[in-house]
Amino acid sequence: MDLDLPILSFLIWLPIFAAVIVLWLGSLNQAEVGKSVALAASLFTFAASILLYTGFDATTASMQFVERVAWIERFRADYYLGVDGISMPLVLLTTFLTPIVIIAGWEVIRVQPTQYFAAFLLLEGLMVGVFAALDGLLFYVFWEAMLVPMFLIIGVWGGERRIYATVKFFLYTFLGSVFMLVALIYLYLQAGSYSILDFHELPLGMFEQLMIFSAFLLAFAVKVPMWPVHTWLPDAHVEAPTGGSVILAAVLLKMGGYGFIRFSLPITPDASQALDWLMIGLSLIAIVYISFVALAQQDMKKLIAYSSIAHMGFVTLGFFVVFSVALNGNGGDGARLALQGGMVQMISHGLISGALFLCVGVMYDRLHTRQIRDYGGVVNTMPKFAALMVLFALANAGLPGTSGFVGEFFVILAAFQANLWLAFVAATTLVMGAAYTLWMIKRVVFGDITNKSVGALQDIGHREFGMLAFLALAILLIGVWPAPLVEVMEQTLGQLIEHVLQSKL
Amino acid sequence: MADLILAAPEIFLICAISVVLLTDVFLPGDQKNITYSLALLSLVGTAAMTAYFSVDETVIGFSGSFVADPAGSVLKIFAYLMVAICFLYSRDYLERAGLLRGEFFVLGLFGLLGIMVIISGHNLLTLYLGLELLSLSLYTLVAFNRDSGICAESAMKYFVLGAIASGTLLYGISFLYGVTGTIELQALGEHFRESDVLSLPLILGLTFVIVGVAFKFGAVPFHMWLPDVYQGAPTPVTLYVGSAPKIAAFALAWRVLADGLAGLHENWADMVVVLAVLSLGIGNIVAIAQSNLKRMLAYSTISHVGFILMGFAVGTEDGLRASMFYTLTYVIMAAGAFGMIILLSRRGFEAENLEDFKGLNARSPWFAFVMLMVMFSMAGVPPLVGFYAKVVVLESLLAVNMFWLAGSAVFFTVIGAFYYLRVVWYMYFADPLNEESLEATTDLRVALSINGLVLLALGVFPGPLLDLCVQVLS
Repeated sequence: MDLDLPILSFLIWLPIFAAVIVLWLGSLNQAEVGKSVALAASLFTFAASILLYTGFDATTASMQFVERVAWIERFRADYYLGVDGISMPLVLLTTFLTPIVIIAGWEVIRVQPTQYFAAFLLLEGLMVGVFAALDGLLFYVFWEAMLVPMFLIIGVWGGERRIYATVKFFLYTFLGSVFMLVALIYLYLQAGSYSILDFHELPLGMFEQLMIFSAFLLAFAVKVPMWPVHTWLPDAHVEAPTGGSVILAAVLLKMGGYGFIRFSLPITPDASQALDWLMIGLSLIAIVYISFVALAQQDMKKLIAYSSIAHMGFVTLGFFVVFSVALNGNGGDGARLALQGGMVQMISHGLISGALFLCVGVMYDRLHTRQIRDYGGVVNTMPKFAALMVLFALANAGLPGTSGFVGEFFVILAAFQANLWLAFVAATTLVMGAAYTLWMIKRVVFGDITNKSVGALQDIGHREFGMLAFLALAILLIGVWPAPLVEVMEQTLGQLIEHVLQSKL
Repeated sequence: MADLILAAPEIFLICAISVVLLTDVFLPGDQKNITYSLALLSLVGTAAMTAYFSVDETVIGFSGSFVADPAGSVLKIFAYLMVAICFLYSRDYLERAGLLRGEFFVLGLFGLLGIMVIISGHNLLTLYLGLELLSLSLYTLVAFNRDSGICAESAMKYFVLGAIASGTLLYGISFLYGVTGTIELQALGEHFRESDVLSLPLILGLTFVIVGVAFKFGAVPFHMWLPDVYQGAPTPVTLYVGSAPKIAAFALAWRVLADGLAGLHENWADMVVVLAVLSLGIGNIVAIAQSNLKRMLAYSTISHVGFILMGFAVGTEDGLRASMFYTLTYVIMAAGAFGMIILLSRRGFEAENLEDFKGLNARSPWFAFVMLMVMFSMAGVPPLVGFYAKVVVLESLLAVNMFWLAGSAVFFTVIGAFYYLRVVWYMYFADPLNEESLEATTDLRVALSINGLVLLALGVFPGPLLDLCVQVLS
């Protein structure tokens, strides 16, 4: 199916132009109109992004909806967009979550509201750009530009220590990315163009691959984040406003995973194979050690932040276990299962962690505290809310029937083909995840009301119920019927595996 | 006659300066706006002359001491533009500060003439002549607010150190002349292409010339004058010192190092590498400790100079183009930054401390955004033009396998990002110290807005300017 409409450009530029209009309305003191425009634009963008899914051809691994226009001739860099089975679901995740985030901030944001909504629209356009860019320079431009609105979102609308958190976030990510820039320029000099697909085919020596892999690793490991460069994440999450946390956990972290699967694996397959023990080790540390850290948290947002790191450990585990699976197990099929698991885990974690942060936001809006001990017995006063939050918590713990189960199950299944002990260690996370999530739920939602202010809580209204219900639906849908999601990425991942397992040396 | 046509813009400008100077003498104190308009008109006229008499290829005149080439014309046009922006931003400020005197514009134009002579200089003495004309105008401009002690102090420092640097340069030139028997750049270039034997006098000459050039750039360890001058001078003068003369410094390095001494590249490249890395490191680290914005921008300038010098250290045509692109985009950013300080200043109040930018977003969202663009552009964050400036330099470094240099460049860029971020967080995250709205004239507002948008526009479409640098330097 070949539509001539430039849908991807539309998904990038509509939110960005809408952001400008929202800012302009804000300067005319039309904040209410601005909010409506922001919501309309984000909904319209989501509607348009559905065309990506309906028009997507799952039988091919090649790029679709391709747009290519010369951009900077001096660098032979093009305005080159396209999606395949890896990036298309991530684009949809982005466009799906942005309206929810805008609704979440609807009545809550009092300071500079139009700037808040404009920042999220801007962020949406740039995030879609990151996933859709097929040109290295264009990718980097979107990747870095995204830091600016996020820096402002945390810094302007964040909590007490927001400045520390946002500067840490910016500098950490910036440090990681600049070395990726050096790697991209080096690849450009070798390949003669910035096209990522050309990078994939570029023959590289082992030393070159190791250097490039390290540069990419720095950028993507910070973003995922992997232990030991994860320390910015709990700070950023705790201080960010609800919407910022949601986007941070749901989409920004996925960019690290996306980077591994789009850049590291296919561009430097031999280095990835040589260093897969390192990546697997770091992933296991994230899964096990960070789960213990999560257990000890008193702050709900911090707990979910650490849980995010542990869950993202599954993603990197799935991506880098492919080499041992291919060697020990039944070859390509098991390896593809691992990649599929990682991908499903990314989408699912985007929905679940986003939902959990929204839940914390709902409670924070009422009591202005995120401490677990300030709550207790929320179910007595907010039954509707409690039902949804328990669902999200169970999904986070990997309950079958929710999306959280699918990804983890795939990855563990694949890990079994590589090494029994590896799978065993990874599987402990199912226990640990259940422990820290459910223990939090027990202390916050169930039990008797211990705190007077909890007794006075109002249950969620239509706005809050709506946004949470949509997320709950998506989580259950993927959990019960993952086929549509798995099918679109099948061909792409199959081809990727073939490419990755073929040495470039 | 052909020679005179080559130098037509310079000749026109000096005539125009004389007219401005004479007119100004007969104008009463409250009509200095006429001088301002005349100064802008002479810039327009000079630009028209440059465009009309521009050449398609390198033409050398005046017995080898003057050159006209496309790259020179581009640099000159940018210099006019920067001087015009400086005048535009300054008029209102000077009027409010009671400093609106004709000398500012006359000296500014004389400085520009010096810049043009440097850009077109094709023998070491012409270059030196242009440099002195520029420097003397700058010394005087820095002391322009004659009632202020701090201005006089920084002008004194600048003069003494500048005189030493000029002396050093001249000393180096004399060694080069002694070794080669010529001061003409083409002859020098040919001489060194044929023999690259290093003798002691040649080493001395080379070192002294590099020191002189490094001083004019403000590269570490010859940077001491820069922060004091930036801080002490009235802001419009800082704007002037920080923009157009950087183009001249680039031209000087280009003519002397990349042109005349190209054959000795291997010998001076290491020196330039040391200067570049030191400038990047010290500039970026010391800038973090500053609470005065003008001083912070001075150290930021030093770090940007590090990047510009890296392009020279590469020694390829690509490196030179990268340096040129970096210089041209840097001066636009610098103009925006100092323009913002001028915008925030009021009668008797210099908004030169970082604190004065606190809460700017609440007072004026648009100009907070303009400053945000300037700061992120300087930090090298896309989609602003400062990013591509860094990309071209990195590319030229990687093309000749200077990996560790590229690595240190990006490393210090990250350190530098911190103090640019601090300006942004003061503007957006802090509460304003005073709630007064900005009192600035429309022309300043419009010009500054355009300045900021140019950074964004060039950031989204850097192609034309990149192509221009390739086209004129090939």
